[in-house]
Amino acid sequence: MERNILYEIDSLYRDNFRVTGFRFGEGEKSICIVGSMRGNEYQQIYTCSQLVKKLKRLEEKGRIEPGKSILVIPCANPYSVNTKKRFWTIDNTDINRMFPGYDLGETTQRIAGGIFEQIKDYRFGVQFASFYMPGNFVPQVRMMKTGLENIELAGHFGLPYVVLHDPRPFDTATLNYNWQIWETDAFSIYTTSTGAIKKESAAQAVDAVLNFMSKQGIIRYRGHEGYRSRVVETKDFVNIRTERAGFFESRVQAGNKVTAGEILALVTDPYTGEVKQTIHAPINGTVAFVHNETLAYQNTAVIKLISEEDVL
Amino acid sequence: MIDEVIEVVSAELPVDERLVIRKHRLAAENAGDDGKRICVVTGIHGDELEGQYVCYELARRIREHPTALKGTVDLYPAMNPIGIDSISRGIPAFDLDMNRIFPGSRDGDMNEYVASEVIRDCRGAELCVDIHASNIFLTEVPQIRINELHRDVLVPIARRANVDLVWVHGASTVLESTFAYSLNDIGVKTLVVETGVGMRITKEYGDQVTDGIFSLMQQAGIWDGPVPEVRRPVISCDQKGTDVYYLNAPASGIYVKEKEHGSLVKEGECIGSILNPLLGGEPVKITAPADGWLFTTREYPVVDAGSLMGRILKQEVYERSQYGTEHII
Repeated sequence: MERNILYEIDSLYRDNFRVTGFRFGEGEKSICIVGSMRGNEYQQIYTCSQLVKKLKRLEEKGRIEPGKSILVIPCANPYSVNTKKRFWTIDNTDINRMFPGYDLGETTQRIAGGIFEQIKDYRFGVQFASFYMPGNFVPQVRMMKTGLENIELAGHFGLPYVVLHDPRPFDTATLNYNWQIWETDAFSIYTTSTGAIKKESAAQAVDAVLNFMSKQGIIRYRGHEGYRSRVVETKDFVNIRTERAGFFESRVQAGNKVTAGEILALVTDPYTGEVKQTIHAPINGTVAFVHNETLAYQNTAVIKLISEEDVL
Repeated sequence: MIDEVIEVVSAELPVDERLVIRKHRLAAENAGDDGKRICVVTGIHGDELEGQYVCYELARRIREHPTALKGTVDLYPAMNPIGIDSISRGIPAFDLDMNRIFPGSRDGDMNEYVASEVIRDCRGAELCVDIHASNIFLTEVPQIRINELHRDVLVPIARRANVDLVWVHGASTVLESTFAYSLNDIGVKTLVVETGVGMRITKEYGDQVTDGIFSLMQQAGIWDGPVPEVRRPVISCDQKGTDVYYLNAPASGIYVKEKEHGSLVKEGECIGSILNPLLGGEPVKITAPADGWLFTTREYPVVDAGSLMGRILKQEVYERSQYGTEHII
């Protein structure tokens, strides 16, 4: 294992801004894994740390295939993590909206550009991503439909779901999109959480990535066989929204199977405790996403279900 | 004259409060629902306040000449009202840039719903002006920015808006989620004004923009009252992004400007310096890479490597447009 500084900016008031990478093996740039790009993505950093631990052991045992190299970047934005800000500390810009970056541009463009220069030539790219809404996910591989996505490969992670979505305008400036444009097979992996460390979910993600590497001939590894992934599109998710704002009490967790009519959550009046809305499952399905904050705003998609109606 | 405040959209917040977006409607008695209407929108970014004064001043001057109003003026001072109230650029609690969620969705979350209702409310207007105030970092001369996709329709209108610069920029997919793009996309001619600096009111610029809006209202047949003479703007049709030099900081430090925005500068001339207050020593001089017009300057002193300290429009573009040596649209 080699620990390198991949990108660095001198700072006047703080220690230098550093993006650190961990390299394993030697040879062609086989796979790059990126963890947190935002300051609240603790689970994503933690998952990378567990991957670094495993890869270190595998390398010591000679189980990284000759001629293959692996790069893990646990955190692309330590400044924001250390100040508990989600986005860039000075101007609140999002590094994951700055790719492919620009070395003469503004600070976050330079950071994105500096990182992308180091990682754009990898055969495979994996990002441990988070969603813009606060909540927990059923573990999944997420891919943008750029026309270059490789769904079959996504199944090699062995996670329960492969989720496809159409790129929205801002997606064109994300790492995942630009990796695909630069001919890297790119995947975003969503573990259960973002701001809280969930060890079991992190272990599942680490196992998924190691299984994937093994199937691509990058390492020799035998983990859990994993799932036969079901491919779903985000447009097929059934979004369940709050009709009222208030305190949110969930009765389900991401990954739970639910039946039509079952109570999924309550929205209560913060002053009187009375139930303002009882949220029922409209279909039989699996909870793909569940809001995890106390406050619920009106019209918020607090639960997303994957229909199981057509699954025998 | 009709003179009333109307609730455009509201949503329930979790604890004993509603989010409400209101507009101030000033209309001729006989304007009717199908008469000509201009929408003046501001406060999409909660830290940009220059448009607050413009909304006030527009209403004040219209009330001075109520019979001169021939159509409807809808003023939306606060698209992101809680952001303005809490000194937050984005939508508080969501850390979301409101100008990246348009056209919104009626079935979307609260913010998408609000965005879609504002678009619905502006639909059918003859003209819309969306006033921004840069951000807290940069000061801008009063200018209008136009996506190249809408250049043919909007540049002739923008010429009459009393701004110093009309900047036509290249299309970007990211900008498709802005308020202005969404309205132009449904046929509401929408101009984006950038003027002054965040968190401040520059009265002189507010008066200039207000004069420009009266000029636009006159052109649109909504106003036949007094309109000051408007200035001729510099026009940059910069689809390829070659008209403007960007001055990005080479190092972290404290930026002290030497040249004010709006200055004509010569190649090699010092625009400002980056100082190191810890070590002292020689400042890093920031010089003009070529002759031109400094239309953006850094206001917030702390810079990181890469921070924007200014923009210079090339001299030949400035002169061509200023002295009319080349016909532009």
